[in-house]
Amino acid sequence: MKKLTAIVLALAMVFALCACGGNNDNKDDKGGETAKIKAGLICLHDENSGYDANFINAFKAACEATGVDYEIKTNIEENQAAYDAAAELADNKCNVIFSDSYGHQPYILQAAKEFPNVQFTSCTGDTALNDNVSNFHNAFAKIFQGRYVAGVAAGLKLNEMIANKEITAEQAVIGYVGAMPYAEVKSGYTSFLLGAQSVCPSATMKVVFTGSWYDETREMESAQSLIKQGCVLISQHADSMGAPNACETAKVPNVSYNGSTQEACPNTYIISSRIDWTPYFTYAIKAVQNGENYDTDWCGDLSTGSVALTELNEKVAAKGTADKLTEVENGIKDGSIKVFATDTWTVGGKALETYENEFFKGHECIKDGVFAESTDRSAPYFDIDIDGIEILQ
Amino acid sequence: MIQISKRGAVSRKRNIAIRLAAIVLAIIVCAIITMATTGTDPFAVFSAFINGSFGSERKLWIFLQDTAILLIISLAVTPAFKMHCWNLGAEGQVLAGAMAAAACMVLLGDTVSNGALIACMVIASVVTGAVWAGIPALFKAKFNTNETLFTLMMNYVATQIVAYFCVKWENPVGSCTIGVINAQNEAGWLPQLGNKYLLVIMVAIIMTVLIYFYLNYTKHGYEIAVVGESERTARYIGIKVPRVIIRTMLFSGAICGVAGLLLVGGIHHTVSTSLVGGQGFTAVMVSWLAAFNPIVMILTSALLIFMGSGANQLASSCGLNQSFGDILTGVLIFFIIGSEFFVQYKISFRKKSKEAVKNV
Repeated sequence: MKKLTAIVLALAMVFALCACGGNNDNKDDKGGETAKIKAGLICLHDENSGYDANFINAFKAACEATGVDYEIKTNIEENQAAYDAAAELADNKCNVIFSDSYGHQPYILQAAKEFPNVQFTSCTGDTALNDNVSNFHNAFAKIFQGRYVAGVAAGLKLNEMIANKEITAEQAVIGYVGAMPYAEVKSGYTSFLLGAQSVCPSATMKVVFTGSWYDETREMESAQSLIKQGCVLISQHADSMGAPNACETAKVPNVSYNGSTQEACPNTYIISSRIDWTPYFTYAIKAVQNGENYDTDWCGDLSTGSVALTELNEKVAAKGTADKLTEVENGIKDGSIKVFATDTWTVGGKALETYENEFFKGHECIKDGVFAESTDRSAPYFDIDIDGIEILQ
Repeated sequence: MIQISKRGAVSRKRNIAIRLAAIVLAIIVCAIITMATTGTDPFAVFSAFINGSFGSERKLWIFLQDTAILLIISLAVTPAFKMHCWNLGAEGQVLAGAMAAAACMVLLGDTVSNGALIACMVIASVVTGAVWAGIPALFKAKFNTNETLFTLMMNYVATQIVAYFCVKWENPVGSCTIGVINAQNEAGWLPQLGNKYLLVIMVAIIMTVLIYFYLNYTKHGYEIAVVGESERTARYIGIKVPRVIIRTMLFSGAICGVAGLLLVGGIHHTVSTSLVGGQGFTAVMVSWLAAFNPIVMILTSALLIFMGSGANQLASSCGLNQSFGDILTGVLIFFIIGSEFFVQYKISFRKKSKEAVKNV
């Protein structure tokens, strides 16, 4: 009986403690003027994935810059778990919630309908323009601009190899490890090749799809097989270190994606392009702080700082690359360089004059001699197979 | 020296006291781990636990709804367990039922009226769940195969089938998930009673009462108890054991099918390989801890859900990875299962006299 009393007392104490701690918030208020706002982020993986780390770092930076509290949910799969996470963040008093993966989109939309006073953004999503849910948003960035600039660096490297008689002009073949045969990937490698061709006109490309966004072994094997088939420079659109590591071992120059791989690949890494989500997160959070709505479908680019290039590895890059890249970046910013200008690429030997996209119907994509990528919708829709790109099975 | 001896009959009070102590200790250990790794103060830890289930009105409803689903699955495995037939396939049976309901929603969404669609879903889920349990039961009854392994493997089959259809019916294209089914016209979404949580909760309550009566006051229930105690006795008094096994497993599977139906039609409106999320296995623990008593299962399932959401809330409010929540859940379950040991056995120290032990 004594024991029982002791246990009951202990239990009572525990719950009393809980009651005292009920209103405890473990983060400091900053100043107090806009302290009530809290932001949430839902991630497919955690910091160990380069893709998610890119989001998490940008999110933390934006929250610190705007002085808001935040909460991050990691390892949220692309299923009902995404809805649960979104609803839970809303319950935990988040005023604005972002998700980082395309597959989260329908579940975030579901949460948006249920919590009309909370703003939701499905980053990289594409349906917000048609959903007509005022607190549901999409955002992306014109990463093809970054790919183009990175492509210029690749083209200059190819030129250097040709000048050094390491390869002939015809042997300037770029290998590309792509994840999935979707517009996002096609848009990426096409702009990369166009960038390379702008300085090295004989450049061509071979592409392999791995069928997964993250598969280290297959990405490595794909890179190795491309090198065997005569590719003298490799780039990739996939999340693991498979391709960069394969390049470092084979001593083949590599243009990376989503972050510098210089530390792991000091002898082959040239440059990488990435989306910097900080400007978008800052913009959306500030809008919520001010009680304003923000864009349903937002698209950043080089000039908003949403598309960024990581540091250039002078050891591997051709001479004069840095200056040329600055010139090209400025050209894209002021509009004198148009990445998808139809006079720079052909399909079946002819330039395209008109194009309607299969999943973006009733929409003329080519305007004023340029494929207007990511202008009417932020998510990429360039899905054309152009001449000079060979897709390997 | 420490001596471990089996307890005789344990009084109800003592039983409850030991279990409560285990829960309190578990929470304290979680608090210590969290404080040691993050430096969070203990108040935040305990309030996170309470907040996980009772932090807002919605969380309370979610808590009740999750408890209801876990309870239904636990109720489903109970008749089989009581018969000493180790059905570890609840996970797959629920998933199979869920897939059947989702398939009806995808295939018939635009063609039949909502009432007819829901009727189809109910039949499809219940039958599929029953079939999923019936196959191993048939093999057990006819060829005396091992039902533990068989039901376990059926889980993997169900998971792979769902994975296949998630790709086949992916929406939007490129997402590799099935998305929210019929989000536009809400075809096949089960009707709401008051709010969207209440239907599931009501079904769970009705099920609990029904299973309680089924097990305790019907001939079937009696047969299950006899087969569970001794198969030979059952045969001797003229019970057709294979028939009871198949019938009970079909019944188990059918209830799992209902859980699948509620998950898809009533809650998530989608299906994925992780839809059931291990609840088919947690249900084993719920059922076992409650000594197969449906009424007590209400408490045990509520307890496990409370602990689980508390651990997740704690991980998230301390800015930690979701994996930390899993670690805490592991600690909690360890203590809860560990308390069984102290219910069954007592530890005494030899040097002390018997009198002293009694008064501790």
